[in-house]
Amino acid sequence: MSDKVLLDYGSGGRASQRLISELFLKYLGNDELNRLNDAAELAMSGRLAMSTDSFVVDPIFFPGGNIGSLAVHGTVNDVAMMGAIPRHITCAYIIEEGLPMDDLEQIVAAMGKAAEEAGVTVVSGDTKVVPKGAVDKIFINTTGIGDIIVDPAPSGDAAKPGDAVLISGTVGDHGLTILGTREGLDFEARVESDSASLNHLLIKLVEGLPEVHVLRDPTRGGLATTLNEITSSSNVCCELIESDLPIKAEVKGGCSILGLDPLYLANEGKFLCILPQEHADKALEIMRADPLGAGACQIGTMTDANPGKVVLVTPLGGKRLLGMLEGEQLPRIC
Amino acid sequence: MSFELLEKFRDPDLCRKMLDKMQGDLTNDLRFMEVCGTHTVAIFQSGLRSLLPEKIVHLSGPGCPVCVTHESEVNAFLDLAGHDRVIMATFGDLMRVPGDNGRNLKKAMADGARVKVVYSPFDTLKLAKENPDDLIVFIGVGFETTAPTIAGTMKMARAQGIENLRVLCFHKTVPTALEALLSDEAINIDGFILPGHVSAIIGVEPYNFIAEKFGKSAVVTGFEPLDILQSLTQMIDWRNKGEAHVVNNYTRIVGENGNPKALEVMYEVFEPTDALWRGIGLIPGSGLEIRPEWELFDAKKEFGITIEEGPALKGCKCGDILKGIKQPVECPLFGKACTPANPVGPCMVSTEGSCAAYYKYKLD
Repeated sequence: MSDKVLLDYGSGGRASQRLISELFLKYLGNDELNRLNDAAELAMSGRLAMSTDSFVVDPIFFPGGNIGSLAVHGTVNDVAMMGAIPRHITCAYIIEEGLPMDDLEQIVAAMGKAAEEAGVTVVSGDTKVVPKGAVDKIFINTTGIGDIIVDPAPSGDAAKPGDAVLISGTVGDHGLTILGTREGLDFEARVESDSASLNHLLIKLVEGLPEVHVLRDPTRGGLATTLNEITSSSNVCCELIESDLPIKAEVKGGCSILGLDPLYLANEGKFLCILPQEHADKALEIMRADPLGAGACQIGTMTDANPGKVVLVTPLGGKRLLGMLEGEQLPRIC
Repeated sequence: MSFELLEKFRDPDLCRKMLDKMQGDLTNDLRFMEVCGTHTVAIFQSGLRSLLPEKIVHLSGPGCPVCVTHESEVNAFLDLAGHDRVIMATFGDLMRVPGDNGRNLKKAMADGARVKVVYSPFDTLKLAKENPDDLIVFIGVGFETTAPTIAGTMKMARAQGIENLRVLCFHKTVPTALEALLSDEAINIDGFILPGHVSAIIGVEPYNFIAEKFGKSAVVTGFEPLDILQSLTQMIDWRNKGEAHVVNNYTRIVGENGNPKALEVMYEVFEPTDALWRGIGLIPGSGLEIRPEWELFDAKKEFGITIEEGPALKGCKCGDILKGIKQPVECPLFGKACTPANPVGPCMVSTEGSCAAYYKYKLD
């Protein structure tokens, strides 16, 4: 194959076949995908969770992962947040002409490794190559499907006053890493994306607890936006204790320099768990027993005081609103 | 400064003690104005706003550089953003600032304008080298905090022979604006929380007129809760004694003489001029313009840009808010026609504006 992706590789002809067999099947192949049928044949029944997501991250390589692993983690996590075991994913690649073949290979290899670790099979895929400038290097869409094992399934509208709000670890790591890498910012302390599949931990969690009201991964918009979505859907108030929020010192420092709020930065390996307070200790015990939940802690409580709002209780004891992000965060003048 | 050290300036017990003392010392209202958007946000973010005694009347002054950028200046950079040869370079704050007809830089980008958000003015040097056939126009907005680094960037561009960098200079200076505020008889302010960042450049002396000429107190202040509480406590004490002082409480960052080197660079490249402040109007001598010997870098000269005062925004009370005459919630547009998603006036435009802070953080 050429050392760069050419338009020919998206032609549907021999070049496409070579790309699929020599690259995609090499890293993603399995009995179902290898049949190269127009659609996958799956034996699934009962309550299913299905989710789709498109990954357009810039840069495509970053400390802690790349767009290939991220495309698996993101979709696996979305399915798992429904109290489901993710089983299969599909992937669609839209590649800019001229992308180095080595880069594509690294991305597909990372996707294969991430899928294997998450225990999902890639059962269908698509590859398109578009002229230079039509996309930014590479876009990937993934769709995932899984079996829901919790009844009722956790849902963003199921939070209740008195519930504990738990987070599985530090927030803002991924968002600051992406921003820092994109802009070539050299932070004093290295930050790394938390991108990871959370499904194995989530299954242990839902199997070990009688009642989980909400599971949600605070990706784009960060913790603050996700909690606003939940309080709005559930018509409850979330009182967050600022001093309990886990944020790495290096993330705090980077955000402070750039004028950003880590509570609005994306996370790709963390989840919120909202459940009755009496189950909080057990939930934290399960989360902390897994490396991906080692930093789990309670950060707040749901109340009926200000329905639909997120209130931050500061270390001084003052209270203020923590609203939803308006557009993207932008660095400030001073 | 380490985070561990900063934590000491957030000590909840000490803050509580100072708040209690303040409560006991206050005999009547203290109307204080903070003159820095970062202070506005710090007062809300720390929760201090909800804890201050009711007799403390908190006013947010003209200290947010985005808020005071005049609508004519905004229209000027939005007009330039559509120019074929131009790549606009800006700090992120200005991306959503609305001009006439709801225009902003975000929408200009969607229409094809080339706009680059930079983290430092020095990033424009790289942009200029990478795009030799284009003109990089940096939007020079901000107070004495940012002006020296922009002046430094121009000096470096000259030293490196870069000829395709321009600066659209809208810089403003803080002490001149404070003098204009204090000279307005409609404005009733007992004391100022003076900006930490600006003061790090200009020092303390330029504010002495506040006590000497107007008999009011003013304290250069840091951005942690204890910094702010200490300054308020002092101003209450002085008022009770019938005294007025200008002092520097932010000595860990601000030297009495500021940063003479930065000032030297700033005044080597810029000179004072009259400036239009959004919501306030013309304040003589309150702006900076590029000196004639640096006119190669002057975007206003290159494109023949003039800044003129237009009609005031209908219903918008931002002028009164910036002057401390009204609070954001007293504006009839606040939270209704004017929100952060659809800002009408300057105070709602910036994340550090007083209306935006009220809208974003105030619980009731």
